[in-house]
Amino acid sequence: MIGILSYGVYIPRYRLPRDKAFASMGWVNPATRGYARGEKAVANYDEDAVTLGVEATRACLKFTGSEGVTGLYWASTTPPYIERQNSAIMASALNLSEHVETADMTGSLRAGTSALLAAFNATASGRCDKILAVASDCRVSKVASTQEYLFGDGGVAFLVGEGEVLASLQGSYSVSCDFVDYRRTTREVFGRAWEDRWIRDLGYGRLIMDALTGLLKEQGVLPQSLTRVVFPCPYPALRKKTATRLGIDPSRVQEPVNQAVGDSGVATPLLMLASVLEEASPGQLIAVVGYGSGAQALLLKVEEGIEGYKRGNWLKSLTVRAEISYEKYLAFKELVPLEVGIRGEEIAPTALSVLWRERKAVLGLVGSRCKKCGTPIYPPQRVCVNPGCGAIDEMEEYSFAHRTGRLFTFTADNLAFSMDPPALYGVIDFDGGGRYWFDLTDCALEDLKVGMEVRMSFRRKYVDKNRSIFGYFWKAVPVLGGGE
Amino acid sequence: MATGIKDKVAIVGMGCTKFGELWDKGAEDLMVEAFKEAIEDAGIEPKEIQAAWLATCYEEINIGKSAMPLSTTLKFPFIPVTRVENLCASGTEAFRAACYAVASGAYDLVLALGVEKLKDTGYGGLPELSFTFGTRNRVIFPNVTAPGAFAMMATRYFSKYGIDPDEGKKTLARISVKSHHNGALNPKAHLRREITIEDVLKAPIVAWPLGLYDCCGVSDGAAVAIITTPDIARGLRRDFVKVKALQVAVTSGEELMYQGWDGTHVESTCRAAARAYQEAEIRNPREEIGLMELHDCFSITELVTYEDLGISPRGKAGEDVNSGFFDLDGRIPCQPDGGLKCFGHPIGASGLRMMYEVYKQLQGKAGERQVKDPRLGLTHNLGGFPPHSVVSVAIVGK
Repeated sequence: MIGILSYGVYIPRYRLPRDKAFASMGWVNPATRGYARGEKAVANYDEDAVTLGVEATRACLKFTGSEGVTGLYWASTTPPYIERQNSAIMASALNLSEHVETADMTGSLRAGTSALLAAFNATASGRCDKILAVASDCRVSKVASTQEYLFGDGGVAFLVGEGEVLASLQGSYSVSCDFVDYRRTTREVFGRAWEDRWIRDLGYGRLIMDALTGLLKEQGVLPQSLTRVVFPCPYPALRKKTATRLGIDPSRVQEPVNQAVGDSGVATPLLMLASVLEEASPGQLIAVVGYGSGAQALLLKVEEGIEGYKRGNWLKSLTVRAEISYEKYLAFKELVPLEVGIRGEEIAPTALSVLWRERKAVLGLVGSRCKKCGTPIYPPQRVCVNPGCGAIDEMEEYSFAHRTGRLFTFTADNLAFSMDPPALYGVIDFDGGGRYWFDLTDCALEDLKVGMEVRMSFRRKYVDKNRSIFGYFWKAVPVLGGGE
Repeated sequence: MATGIKDKVAIVGMGCTKFGELWDKGAEDLMVEAFKEAIEDAGIEPKEIQAAWLATCYEEINIGKSAMPLSTTLKFPFIPVTRVENLCASGTEAFRAACYAVASGAYDLVLALGVEKLKDTGYGGLPELSFTFGTRNRVIFPNVTAPGAFAMMATRYFSKYGIDPDEGKKTLARISVKSHHNGALNPKAHLRREITIEDVLKAPIVAWPLGLYDCCGVSDGAAVAIITTPDIARGLRRDFVKVKALQVAVTSGEELMYQGWDGTHVESTCRAAARAYQEAEIRNPREEIGLMELHDCFSITELVTYEDLGISPRGKAGEDVNSGFFDLDGRIPCQPDGGLKCFGHPIGASGLRMMYEVYKQLQGKAGERQVKDPRLGLTHNLGGFPPHSVVSVAIVGK
């Protein structure tokens, strides 16, 4: 059977309590008080939609591995690059075969469900084996806007293909139209919206309903057969109204993740779907709607595979959290000009031909292992570094990205430029062998201890704005356990 | 069979500028100033110099590539001049090349000059390191600076020996206090102020656990050595200084890429020191060495170098520090001129600046800082980072 084989969620560590934003900027528009509840997830300064997508995909592939993955479709309205395929960066970071099919899907918040649907269609055609459908967004909004309260950062990934599936696709129904609730050109950082009441009534109210009723009619399914209805909608009253219109109990409408994460754009309906799957049972029917320039509804049936599937990823992704101040949030999102000093402006040019040659080592964190003595080495070497070996050209590829390590030593550097000073870095001893030094992220000096466990995370190591370079690499993240 | 450099060459003249933030002086001024002192000291004419080596590290600032800045500044008449760069060991590398050239019999009288203008970047610390280590490393090296890289050795040292960082910092502080005491006595030093342990402990953190006074200064300066054969030296002066050992050790890469290094020592120092003692025929360095100029870029570097040179037992250097063993009136005075701590570290010049102090001390010309009758002096440079290093050790004597 073809269907969803696995899923993974990644929510960045930092959370901004919305009342803090209101306390600072609520004076601009006191009417936003109603939004100043709960918290929103905020990407660290070294994260973007690509890195969030990579981390979600790594969570998705944690137990399945990437064997048989033949494609990666990535959806986002905040792709770091307009030209330089983001999904190809992600495929390299995930160390997928260079023969996978990659595609960036963008232009609408609906792109998330589009990617999932495309993955279903590609695998159903028999042309592809397993496809990753990944959705992540890192949306920025003007200070004191409604969007500032609503938007949160996050990513989600689904592996679709043949096997012990968690859920299968029964059908889909799309409504595509030029409904201009929100728009943004390639030259703009911030989007522009039309009147909120119009967006609510016609957009979230009518278009989502059109897609749902169209789907159910085409599939010959009664609304009452749906265990869960998933659609993005920031208006609690409208969610209830939609249930009433469908003739189902409002409790069957999935609660959005707005209070804990925020509206993660293309990822929102799929994050909600992941949340449904965390508690689903075989036989249940789920409708998932993506919204934007119309709406798109997918009918999924939960299958037997869900029983043996290791769940808990969703909840776990929410437990690793730390508060961020509103001021730091503004700096990370580049909403205030920050003094970086002359050192901060000195960025060595990136030689793209070097990056090409070293793409496996840099983007994939692939090193080498000596076939003579078994020593894993990063970065990859031609000559074995083991002083007792020294074999020449006896190397095989060895991946470090999924390996845990120990913090051998560390520092907190106030001289180095960092968007979040002091710059933290250390030497990592990988479990199973291999040592190198890496930046540390998602932690503070007080968290660090010699010998503590770390995991690797795909991040922006540097940003060279003058040359349009996001320097992607890997950083070590101390395993700090759950938060509050 | 190689017999080493011992007693085959002599230093016959040296010069050294005042080090500091020399906003009004360019590299040309520094080179000329150090050179004038050296030829006057040697009692030679510039035209007698047959070959020269120039040490500079940073070419992005300073004087750029090649040896031409030296030959054109001093108007050397088309003699062979070579630029030498090996990070912080550059000065000693130029000195080594000059010594080998004389020892080989290729030349009779040569010059080694180190110069660096660091204070033209517009910001504190060394020039941004991402430019320094090549096009691959810039995309994978962490956001590392020199203080951070060395701070990690302090973190590891404290962890390995179970030292509370607050206590450990007190021992490190004593190292800096000692150097500031010496530097205050030296008119050529950049920083000439006595400091207290409390000053050190209260200073802002540069890279945890190292604070401002755990770090050497950043400055401009130049130093020169004139080298010849002992025979020729005898005709020029009686108090020339003989080279006993010159060793360099460069990492194999294993400290940073292989889980063997313990993080509390610098392997290159251990290797270079062992070979230097053998070359100089020193059996017990703790007993035989009279004074040392170590690469105290950071207080922790000086601490582990005491151990790496075999002066203090492993994990016990702190005891020697606290007993005053390395003080100006101690058994082996260390950084009698104030060290990098008080001179700052214009990279290409530092190795020769250290040699200048040892030379003056062996001649009994160190004034208020004079160590009592030293027989052998040692200089040590450490370039790069503790797990990724190039080290030079030089030993000279009467």
